[in-house]
Amino acid sequence: MTGDHIYPDDPAGPFEPPPRRFEDREGRPIVVREVDGSDGRSLADDREALVEMYVAFDPEDRAQGIPPTGESSIREWLGHILADEAINVVACLPDDGVVGHATLVPDGQGGYELAIFVLGDYQNAGIGTRLIEGLLGAGQRHGAEHVWLTVERWNNPAIALYRKVGFEASDTENFELEMCLRLDPDAQEESAADTSADPDSKAEAETEAEAETEAAESESESESDSRSR
Amino acid sequence: MRTLVGTGGSDDSLLALETALDRAEAAGDDVTIAIVENPDSPRSVEEIRGRVEDRLANAGIDAEVRVLEGDPGSRLVEISEREGFDRIVLGGGETSPLGKINIGRIGEFVLLNADVTVTLVR
Repeated sequence: MTGDHIYPDDPAGPFEPPPRRFEDREGRPIVVREVDGSDGRSLADDREALVEMYVAFDPEDRAQGIPPTGESSIREWLGHILADEAINVVACLPDDGVVGHATLVPDGQGGYELAIFVLGDYQNAGIGTRLIEGLLGAGQRHGAEHVWLTVERWNNPAIALYRKVGFEASDTENFELEMCLRLDPDAQEESAADTSADPDSKAEAETEAEAETEAAESESESESDSRSR
Repeated sequence: MRTLVGTGGSDDSLLALETALDRAEAAGDDVTIAIVENPDSPRSVEEIRGRVEDRLANAGIDAEVRVLEGDPGSRLVEISEREGFDRIVLGGGETSPLGKINIGRIGEFVLLNADVTVTLVR
């Protein structure tokens, strides 16, 4: 990929940075947090939890060759994804098992490429939305401004999720659809102030365009998220 | 086997060329190398031509090298049909920073339009 992405003029967000705690639609307690050695979790622990998630990942949910299959390929790939300059956010269960992962990897041209994966049993539960919002919140906090991704054209649920958070299609000629989003680096302070408030009090109703992974899901439903807290 | 290798100078297409030449050495394929103008490629046609000829000279392989002008995908398909090639060999796509494979425009066109077997090299 070259650096000639076309980004929207207006920034999306602001996005609430991690950590974010919520119950998914199955009532499971989920924490979205950044993989940065905070929260008493070492990077090595998170790396192992991510290896475990990707070993369990359904090959049917792969997209454009990732995640790779087989533990050694997964470890090699994660070595690249978990590099210092990359931004990583995971969705965890109370036992710290990782059920979702979203990442921003620098493209060497000042931008970041985004990808998100959620384990099959945890798809269609609203986790993907919190995960991608948390990732963009973390990106904002780290001063990222330009984010892009490619997605298979038939993957309507994923495209719906990306659109919902503000991605716009930027290249309609390639085999894969390219989408871009602009973050507002000045939103950092604003959202940092948000974290001092109880995140659970922000129970705004939002529409969940069900798209938890890059991969297609059987159906794209749209429903109001009724978190009552 | 008569193989038509298309390269526009992108990294994946140069890998495809290497793989096709390795196979030609082992299996005795008759290889024709078609240099195309890929607008997404970092290398010029002259640069690619120099590289290809050096590689052929070093390996002692006798392969025809020609430059195709015009739309790369449709020219490759047209020549494969008109000249009776058995196979078209192309790069298998570039890898994004995240490791995602993105199939190039030429590869997509050839894959969907050729009536001979197409090999995308990974």
